[in-house]
Amino acid sequence: MKENGKVTNIFLSGVGGQGTILASNILGEVFLKAGYDVKKSEVHGMAQRGGDVTTHFRFGKKVYSPLIANGEADYLISFELLEALRYINWVKPEGKIIINQQTILPPAVSLGQIEYPKDVEKTFKKYFKDNVRIINGQEIARKLGNIQAANVVLIGAFSNFFPEIKEEQWTNAIRALLAAKLHELNIKAFYEGREAK
Amino acid sequence: MKKMLQGNQAIARGAWEAGVVVGCAYPGTPSSEIMAELSKYKEIYTEWSPNEKVAVEVAHGASLAGGRALACMKHVGLNVAADPFMTISYTGVKGGFVIVVADDPGQHSSQNEQDSRNWTRFGKVPMLEPADSEECKEFTKTAFEISERFDTPVLLRTETRVSHCDSLVELGGRKESTIQMGLDQKETPKYVMVPMYARVKRVAIEDRIAKLAAYADSEFPYNAMEINDPSIGFITSGVSYLYTKEVFPQYSFLKLGMVWPLPKRMIAAFFKKVKKVIVVEELDPFLETEIKAMGYKVQHGKDLIPQIGELSPSIVKQSLMKAVEGKRYQAPKVRVKPEDLPRRPPNLCAGCAHRPLFYALKKLGLYVFGDIGCYALAVAPPLSAMHASTCMGAGIGGAYGAGKVIGKDGLGKICAVLGDSTFFHSGVTPLMDAAYNKGYSTTIILDNGITAMTGQQDHPGTGYTIQSEPATMIDYEQLARAVGIKHVRKVDPYKVNETMEVIREEVNRDDASVIITENSPCILLRRAKPLEKFKSPWYAIDAEKCRGCKVCLEINCPAMSWLEAEGQTKDGHKRKGTVLINKDQCVGCEVCVQICKFEAIVPGTR
Repeated sequence: MKENGKVTNIFLSGVGGQGTILASNILGEVFLKAGYDVKKSEVHGMAQRGGDVTTHFRFGKKVYSPLIANGEADYLISFELLEALRYINWVKPEGKIIINQQTILPPAVSLGQIEYPKDVEKTFKKYFKDNVRIINGQEIARKLGNIQAANVVLIGAFSNFFPEIKEEQWTNAIRALLAAKLHELNIKAFYEGREAK
Repeated sequence: MKKMLQGNQAIARGAWEAGVVVGCAYPGTPSSEIMAELSKYKEIYTEWSPNEKVAVEVAHGASLAGGRALACMKHVGLNVAADPFMTISYTGVKGGFVIVVADDPGQHSSQNEQDSRNWTRFGKVPMLEPADSEECKEFTKTAFEISERFDTPVLLRTETRVSHCDSLVELGGRKESTIQMGLDQKETPKYVMVPMYARVKRVAIEDRIAKLAAYADSEFPYNAMEINDPSIGFITSGVSYLYTKEVFPQYSFLKLGMVWPLPKRMIAAFFKKVKKVIVVEELDPFLETEIKAMGYKVQHGKDLIPQIGELSPSIVKQSLMKAVEGKRYQAPKVRVKPEDLPRRPPNLCAGCAHRPLFYALKKLGLYVFGDIGCYALAVAPPLSAMHASTCMGAGIGGAYGAGKVIGKDGLGKICAVLGDSTFFHSGVTPLMDAAYNKGYSTTIILDNGITAMTGQQDHPGTGYTIQSEPATMIDYEQLARAVGIKHVRKVDPYKVNETMEVIREEVNRDDASVIITENSPCILLRRAKPLEKFKSPWYAIDAEKCRGCKVCLEINCPAMSWLEAEGQTKDGHKRKGTVLINKDQCVGCEVCVQICKFEAIVPGTR
């Protein structure tokens, strides 16, 4: 008996500076406007200087905890391959996963002391089969003229998991959160992600 | 209207709705956004104060003049402000006065993990603890009412998962306080804490606590009992309530919005209604100790729940599943062991002015007394150029004090390093000590023109106020000379050899000295146009020249990495690999260019 009913858990991970906060703000705007209770938690400060960053995002009829319990994420959106792997245990067996095909080397790898993990894609496919989507958000954004938009490309890909939410609910959220001069780029980025194969 | 607000934004909103007229803070994670947000409300005077002690004193002055005032800080900030705090408890207030203190369980961004609830009993001041953004706003408003009604400062305690969590808030309008503004000389005995008046107030405080305890029981709206399954009753507060409610929603709860003084009658009633009581709280057994001292049997608390680090639904489940539901906690499946993966600690940004400066200190082999700020990241290998760091300003006193033991043998071996904002926060007084008491330490002030780590807040050295209006800009050199430092030098840290030479001369000098960095704004500080001074937008490795010596990797630049591949240079030197520079990350600071012995780092082409 859970009186809060079904709560959907979205776990976002990446590297400080990749725009995970904007991505989770878009989710917030969309699910709030769709009528849900929403909670989201992230860490600011020292960790943002190139360290690994995570956001816990939860929505439902009534949400208590701002944090997701380990192993209970319905979705994982990761902006970097190693940061996807680091949180693989957080995802439910039937969970769905979007990973940005980017590698950002941590210091020990840059120094040649330790290897960057191989076969991140394979590991995810092994456990989650067809529920894993790997997107080259960086490359798509680069073609649009600004690699910073990779985060919105991922949100575009993620939006396909929610057919009940209309396209304009996503694009309206992007318009609401970004300065006017960034609308065109980011809405394009959203559609590129949404249509990416 | 409902809006998604971060806990810190909600506190600012609550302060605005409560009619606050003055807000003061020194930035500190996770509290910084409160004052930044409050500064957007035009009805309120806000400031970045030089430190938390000053913030509390300014806000207290505003309160004595009849204005509602808010002072905000992180947990360690209240240590700095402890002196005024402990005595403002005696003077009380005129306009409502609320001090927000934001804890950081798990030490995401802090040098210690102290539990600020311990200040409430110690200072004899009530403390409220919200769990989410709606409560942040409402508790802030209630805190101002309590402050004026009971003539006391009120502590509002948050923590990382409250301050930096976003949730829905119902917005309200602003209501100005009805307190008459102005100062009154007749109130002198209330506000002058000389012994004869303070002894009178000492008695009044105990009376105030008794009244607050009665209020907590009868009127305070946010101590609440939820009686469901009575076999287990949880006593909890703040975000710990949310975690517990998430995991064990079917049981009974006593949720405390005020963590001290405690509602004794309500606690007694709860013990009558439920069979077993479990206290769930983060960090110290604060509630547990108090409740046990009242003579009740607490079935479980810190015997099962960790006292170290932050709680989470997983930890609550893991600690209490057996005690509550009699079954073992089933850990989720481990697909990959996270401990086998490369760690990703935070690092100084590409192009950061701290990097070459700490590289210079490392090359000089100095014992570095550090401080609190981004530059503490220089402790990490391969820079490994910090050897002691406790709190803001401590490095100056530390370096000077160490010299008193080591004597002349320490010449050329010790220095203190701190940031611009931290220098104003707590660095001026120890610098006076070093000058006055004949120390020989060298203090290096890293002037990056902003409080960087906490997200770009102005301070007395930046030339701007919190509202970005031009302000008096303190001159570090004049200040150092005024306190008696005779040797003040400036260095451009991006010129590595020159910087090293100046530092070498000053640390060897048998007299206190100060070195100030210039031309060294934070790489993220847009208004200083930090990238314009760099000649090329990025640099690249000349594969014909790189010998793979890895010397450039010693600066730990996030744009540089090692690529293992046997080969040789054009002139036939065998190598095991080369360095690569990521052009998306390189900003062209040229520090690596100066370190390379083989001229193998060259301007990149687009």
